[in-house]
Amino acid sequence: MPPATTLQAIRFGDGLRAGDPPGLAPAAQLDGPDAMQRRYPGPSTSALEAMRRELVATRRQLQEVEDDSAGADGPSGSLEEMLRGHRRALADEDLATVQRTFARALDSDTPYRERLVRFWAGHFAVRAMPRIFRAAVSSYIDEAIRPHVTGRFDAMLRAAVLHPIMLRYLDQAGSTGPSSPFGQRQGRGLNENLARELLELHTLGADGPYGQDDVHQLAKLLTGLGVDQQAQMVFRRRRAEPGSFTVLGRRYGGGRPSLADIEAALIDLAAHPHTARHLSHKLAAHFIADEPPPALVDDLAATWRESAGDLRAVALALAEHPAAQSADRAKARQPLGLLVAALGALGVTGAEVMRWNRSLVRQVIVHPLIAMGQPWQEPRGPDGWPEHFGHWITPQGLAARIDWAMTTPARLRRRLPDARDFVDHALGDLADDDLRRLVAGAENNTEGVGLVLASPGFNRC
Amino acid sequence: MDRRSFLRGGLMLGCSAAAMPFLNHATFASVPGDNRLVVVILRGALDGLDLLRPAGAPELSALRPTLAAEPGLPLDNFYHLHPSLEGLMPLWRAGDLGFVDAVSTPYRDRRSHFDGQNLLEAGTAMDAPRQLQREGWLNRLLQVMPGAHGSTAFAIGREAMPVLDGPAPVPSWAPDTELRVGQQGRRLLAALYELDAGFSEAGMQALALSQSLDPVEGEGGGHLAQVDAFARFAAARLSEDTRIVALSLAGWDTHAGQAQSIRRPLERLERLILSLRAELGPVWERTTILAMTEFGRTVRENGTRGTDHGTAGAMLTAGGAVRGGRVLGRWPGLGESDLYAGRDLMPTADVRAHAAWALRGLFGTERAMLEQAVFPGLDLGRDPGLLDI
Repeated sequence: MPPATTLQAIRFGDGLRAGDPPGLAPAAQLDGPDAMQRRYPGPSTSALEAMRRELVATRRQLQEVEDDSAGADGPSGSLEEMLRGHRRALADEDLATVQRTFARALDSDTPYRERLVRFWAGHFAVRAMPRIFRAAVSSYIDEAIRPHVTGRFDAMLRAAVLHPIMLRYLDQAGSTGPSSPFGQRQGRGLNENLARELLELHTLGADGPYGQDDVHQLAKLLTGLGVDQQAQMVFRRRRAEPGSFTVLGRRYGGGRPSLADIEAALIDLAAHPHTARHLSHKLAAHFIADEPPPALVDDLAATWRESAGDLRAVALALAEHPAAQSADRAKARQPLGLLVAALGALGVTGAEVMRWNRSLVRQVIVHPLIAMGQPWQEPRGPDGWPEHFGHWITPQGLAARIDWAMTTPARLRRRLPDARDFVDHALGDLADDDLRRLVAGAENNTEGVGLVLASPGFNRC
Repeated sequence: MDRRSFLRGGLMLGCSAAAMPFLNHATFASVPGDNRLVVVILRGALDGLDLLRPAGAPELSALRPTLAAEPGLPLDNFYHLHPSLEGLMPLWRAGDLGFVDAVSTPYRDRRSHFDGQNLLEAGTAMDAPRQLQREGWLNRLLQVMPGAHGSTAFAIGREAMPVLDGPAPVPSWAPDTELRVGQQGRRLLAALYELDAGFSEAGMQALALSQSLDPVEGEGGGHLAQVDAFARFAAARLSEDTRIVALSLAGWDTHAGQAQSIRRPLERLERLILSLRAELGPVWERTTILAMTEFGRTVRENGTRGTDHGTAGAMLTAGGAVRGGRVLGRWPGLGESDLYAGRDLMPTADVRAHAAWALRGLFGTERAMLEQAVFPGLDLGRDPGLLDI
């Protein structure tokens, strides 16, 4: 396999690293172990949950002490200290997930894989609540998304939908079969949230062949799924609705309620031709164009069906498709990808990002992401980040991009490369003469470097 | 009598540290002399003919119909100061402000900001070896300065200061306030966005929202806060054992609407000088500020009421240690045949020679050292009498 071209490095990665496209052509990046997760491992969801439970316990103790002493000076001071310590520990974990995500993207020889992780994490978007627990989103991605981006879609679907963070986020953990023993006794009932998003977002798509009945039946089938004290997924039979349920014309259950019935439905949804079509379109819209060429979508959907949802085969077909060779870069880089690309162009390495202190991580990444409209791990809803160009290239969003471009590089590098060389570091052979001319006209080098990073050419992918 | 007042007393007798061989160097181990130098790099090419207007030149009003329209502040019977710098007039009258006109670096003809600034800060000729061009002349000074140590010089601001780059370690400091992008940066961004249909509309509005760009009009005094922070920090360091600080002010690339666009950078320059004077207190008397730029601008106003990249320009000097109230340098004239390449003010002196004479006066650096080590290959020529110490 040849090395990646500049266009491939931008379209299927996060751009050049100080002028060089990292790794081989994207088609050669889909095999082999996940070196980046090994180099920059993160904590498990259950480890973070243990930290969260300590925080909750401390808060409860503090509440009790305060209730007892009713304002008098008591032992609450040290508890408050402890509570602050727990909060800080979780906040630090959150910042560390930012650093790890950037470090992986900046060091990887398989940047296509990192882009696929971001795509699929956006497809199975979650938020962790409360916000102090936000680091758990990264654990969810590491546990449910990353291992499957070059594997099978049904495996990813199962891992994502049955992950405790997803079960909590889409209220499944509280959904109870109304006729189950627990539901009868407690008067609890169904929550259709996960069932609906499973059909509408995760698999068939909003225009898929399902109706409210299917949603309702699937919601009943999903009852019993829950999350235990250690943040592990559990199946609680006493909460599962008894009986059999028909989803898209297929019957599930009927015997003793079991997780296997749910898994069987997930496998069928994953294999549905509408799922192939929906996700082929979504991949093409993410990587190639907001309105992707129909032939590309058709070809990806065919690969999807023929390979029975082999995501490696689909990713390969996408990268090698004639439509992916078009020189027209029609997509806007999303803020996260823009920052990775800018740091990469400046030659910032993963090891360097890992050494940053908290304040620098906030200044260089966390705050700018908010200003650019993509707050860290906080998509607006379960549908993830919007794709279309106009959502990102807004006056406010672009102003934030300009501010980053003009001020941050000088903060990271005492001596920046000559801006005329930096054009090549950032855009290589895709830099056009207009950009070169305008950059050469900047009145100082910092502004010249800023112009490159704020330019349309650098903000497209 | 503490050491500092002892030194000051000694120096006020007209001696410099290096000129007092009977004093053991160890005495000065932490303080190479008592004089202070502030080097201000004016990035973007200051229009010397607008800062220091040759009002007595008969060609001026025809060459610069809008730029010379508003009357300047008379300095002598030939030169006027730009009208927005009224705050500096008391310094001029007190002999604490001076100029050198028609100076340039050896940089010629290409007129690139980047290369011009590199040469100004390297302090070399155009054909110097690459390695030499990567070092700054202030760093080379530190390498030969008796008693220089890790905090003798400071770089201030986020912008890189190549004039201090090199083997001698130089700490740097930057305030939390952000860099600001001037009118030229705004114009280049606008041009970039206009070229791309997907960015043109959002781009124009983004330029108005961006925090890092100077506002187009209106008050917006926030840009002076950064300059005040520079001055406060510089003065605090210079009142201790630091003797040299270097910083840069940007925004001088006034290609269009210069009558307006040069005001903010001039305000910042004025504020820097006045803030330094206020903050330095008695140390002001031992301080020399040299404000220099990579090249001057065209003598003719261009079609957008601005000026383009030129050759010779003006250097500003300020501080209690300068012999001010005078414009130094040989005036070349604005007649057609007086110009460089038919468009620029003709350089009549090398700006490096004036900087070198300042170093000689401030730090007692030997002439041979200046001509060989600090500014390799420079001919210092006659002492222009920049300082009164």
